[in-house]
Amino acid sequence: MDASQTTDSPARDVHRDLPMASSMCWHCQSEVPGEYFCSRCVKVQPLSKELDYFTCLNLPRTLNLDDKALEETFYALSRTFHPDYFATKDESEQSISLGNTALLNAAYQTLKDPIRRVEYLIRLEAGSARTVQTSPPADLLNEILEIQEDIETLRSLSPEESSGQRQALHTKLRDDRGMLAERQARLEACLSEQCQRWDDLQADAGEDARIRAQKDEVLKDLRELLSHRTYIRNTVHDLAEIVG
Amino acid sequence: MIIGIDLGTTNSLVAYMDGDHCRVIPGPDGRATVPSIVGFLDNGMLVGDPAREHLVRSPSRTVYSVKRFMGKALADVADELKYFPYTLQEKGGVIRIQIGDTLYSPPQVSATILKELKRRAEAHLGEDITKAVITVPAYFNDSQRQATKDAGRIAGLDVLRILNEPTAASLAYGLQQRTRGFIAVYDLGGGTFDISILKLKDGIFEVLATNGNTHLGGDDFDRRMVEVVVQDMNTRHGVRVEESQELMQTIRLEAEKTKRRLSDERQVHMAISLSDGKGIYERTWSRDEFEALIVDLVEQTMASCRLAMKDAEVEPGQIDEVVLVGGSTRIPFIHDRVRALFGKTPHCDLNPDEVVALGAAVQAGILAGDNKDMLLLDVTPLSLGIETMGGVMNAIIRRNTTIPTSAREMFTTSVEGQTSVDIHILQGERDLVKDNRSLARFQLKVPPLPAGGPRIEVTFLIDANGMLNVTAADIRTGQSQSVVVKPSYGLTDDEVENMIRESFQFAQQDVQARQVIEARVEAESIVTSTELALQRGMDLIGREEVQTIQQAVAELRAAKNQNDHRVIRSKIADVEHVTHHLAEVLMDATLKEALENKKLSEVRD
Repeated sequence: MDASQTTDSPARDVHRDLPMASSMCWHCQSEVPGEYFCSRCVKVQPLSKELDYFTCLNLPRTLNLDDKALEETFYALSRTFHPDYFATKDESEQSISLGNTALLNAAYQTLKDPIRRVEYLIRLEAGSARTVQTSPPADLLNEILEIQEDIETLRSLSPEESSGQRQALHTKLRDDRGMLAERQARLEACLSEQCQRWDDLQADAGEDARIRAQKDEVLKDLRELLSHRTYIRNTVHDLAEIVG
Repeated sequence: MIIGIDLGTTNSLVAYMDGDHCRVIPGPDGRATVPSIVGFLDNGMLVGDPAREHLVRSPSRTVYSVKRFMGKALADVADELKYFPYTLQEKGGVIRIQIGDTLYSPPQVSATILKELKRRAEAHLGEDITKAVITVPAYFNDSQRQATKDAGRIAGLDVLRILNEPTAASLAYGLQQRTRGFIAVYDLGGGTFDISILKLKDGIFEVLATNGNTHLGGDDFDRRMVEVVVQDMNTRHGVRVEESQELMQTIRLEAEKTKRRLSDERQVHMAISLSDGKGIYERTWSRDEFEALIVDLVEQTMASCRLAMKDAEVEPGQIDEVVLVGGSTRIPFIHDRVRALFGKTPHCDLNPDEVVALGAAVQAGILAGDNKDMLLLDVTPLSLGIETMGGVMNAIIRRNTTIPTSAREMFTTSVEGQTSVDIHILQGERDLVKDNRSLARFQLKVPPLPAGGPRIEVTFLIDANGMLNVTAADIRTGQSQSVVVKPSYGLTDDEVENMIRESFQFAQQDVQARQVIEARVEAESIVTSTELALQRGMDLIGREEVQTIQQAVAELRAAKNQNDHRVIRSKIADVEHVTHHLAEVLMDATLKEALENKKLSEVRD
């Protein structure tokens, strides 16, 4: 999911781009039109609490992100706000630096991981996606239940008595794991596809009711895919533990 | 000046920035390391080398490896109690060390070591020192970090940063000259193990993952050897070592010495004399035998390395540099295992005992605003969570999250009219509350409303020290409320305040204790030199004078072990007085001899 559609975006100036909590300096009350440091008293200014992670890291609200730009912005903002550079400043400035950096770190941590990025987007755009039921499709559910049952049986068998049955179960679970891994690969492909669909919709200028409806559709699909992914991953994990 | 301090399990040291260079500060004897040992005398405390000597003489009044107890309850160390010669108790969830009738908390004992380092720095730099960066193992939890910060406060230091040891080491290595790459720091000290995986790019040191064990180190290797010796002494000499703490400590020190020598030699002979005419215990240790004894412990560290790499999503082959830190990495076996794991020859050009303190000094320079090129982005080593229904922990900040970081959680009530909500904060990776570390508890005040009515938002913030701060706000009224967090395993603020006050009182006693030690050392050297002089000059002075001198020396020897330095000093003066004539006589004799030699050499020419 590390596409590079934004690599040709203009070099960005990370300074003075983020929404601030107030347009007035907390210290000297002079105007601070979106600047990180007051131009009069040079005190650091708090970022807006409502800032979403995409805005914070100066990225479009898309699911394929430019990893390099993400890291560069993160490093540049860290150099601006990190508490290490405020250790000799007064308590208020230290606390603002701490708050800004905590927000920045949370944003980076979330967006650099493709899955957490999708989860975050769903939460951010929640509205209509929130009501979606997310139980896995019947065939997947049955398959998983059967595997779980076999795992339990295999665990309960004593090694001496039932080596034949153990062998058979072992082989079956190994096959199941192969199938499940294939299914997982298909699911990851679907996930990428939906992410791309979201990005395409985002790229369209403006947002009318039709596009919004399509977006909600994508969000709903993403949410389902993520939920299935969790089921499959957990089962693959359990299988790996028992059949190696 | 902000100093950098490595407060180690076995040794501690202090460093500072001298322009662009970080330097360690040596003590009067020229050595930079201060053994982390504190000896308690009747009228004060001893720190470092003098305390080490005190260890064999008075084991129950000498505290070593106190770092193992920081932020711990008694139950946490139950299985190792038998290794410590001093008595441990518990008060308010905190271990206390009993010396005579007095109880000392681990932060108080650590503070005495910090004070010694502070004193050294002040003497060396010629200025008052009040600010410090102190390092801790990366895998230290919140309680252990808090205990370290408390120790700093008690020692009169404003601790500007609690810094992780492996990251400190990476700063010291000046690896920023390499502009980018992955670094693995393997840090095995006296009592703790850490592995950190970092990504370095343009002066930014970003920690990707860290793992470790705060109860695994060189001490444990010593113990394995001690167990073998204790068993051996019993079967071969019928000695029950458990009955003598003095013998136990002698064995421990010998084991440590043997371990160190096995890093250079393939075979080491160990000899310990037994009291009561039981002879001498002798044993030869081979390096192979030692390695077999510790292999499972070393494997544990390898497992931690693999986990850290997995969390960092880095393969061993991607690691560009491997750095070794801590005295235990001198063991060739460990060196080999690390090289095999990462497929790379580790860096060990900096002294592994000094590199952490040097890194702390570099960080101090960054905090002072003198270094804008480097920036360290560290992580929290353990997941932070809260207890939910059924004794399950709900993680709200995951391990290896870059710090500072915060998480907000909404709380409400389950019963109508409920006026408070109890919150239990935990740290650890397990699902059940009982398997994780309890950090603290606090009570949220809520307005009496129907169940589910109140909406209190609690913010859990982990600061750049890796330490937790909690704030709460009522969403409906927008009013924030102060949260009084009661630590599960820590000193209360009042206790720390008291200890700071006491520490000022002790300061006076400590000066006295130091004077006693200095007088004692001087007395010993005077006794030795006088006896030598007497041997040489016996025939040059009268029999009566010889007796007078012998008498004075005997009195000095007797006074030497007293706890009043003035008594020792006065006996030293006595000896100096009665040997005045002897010294002159010897001087004359030497001169004469020199002249005669000269004459002889002239004759020869």
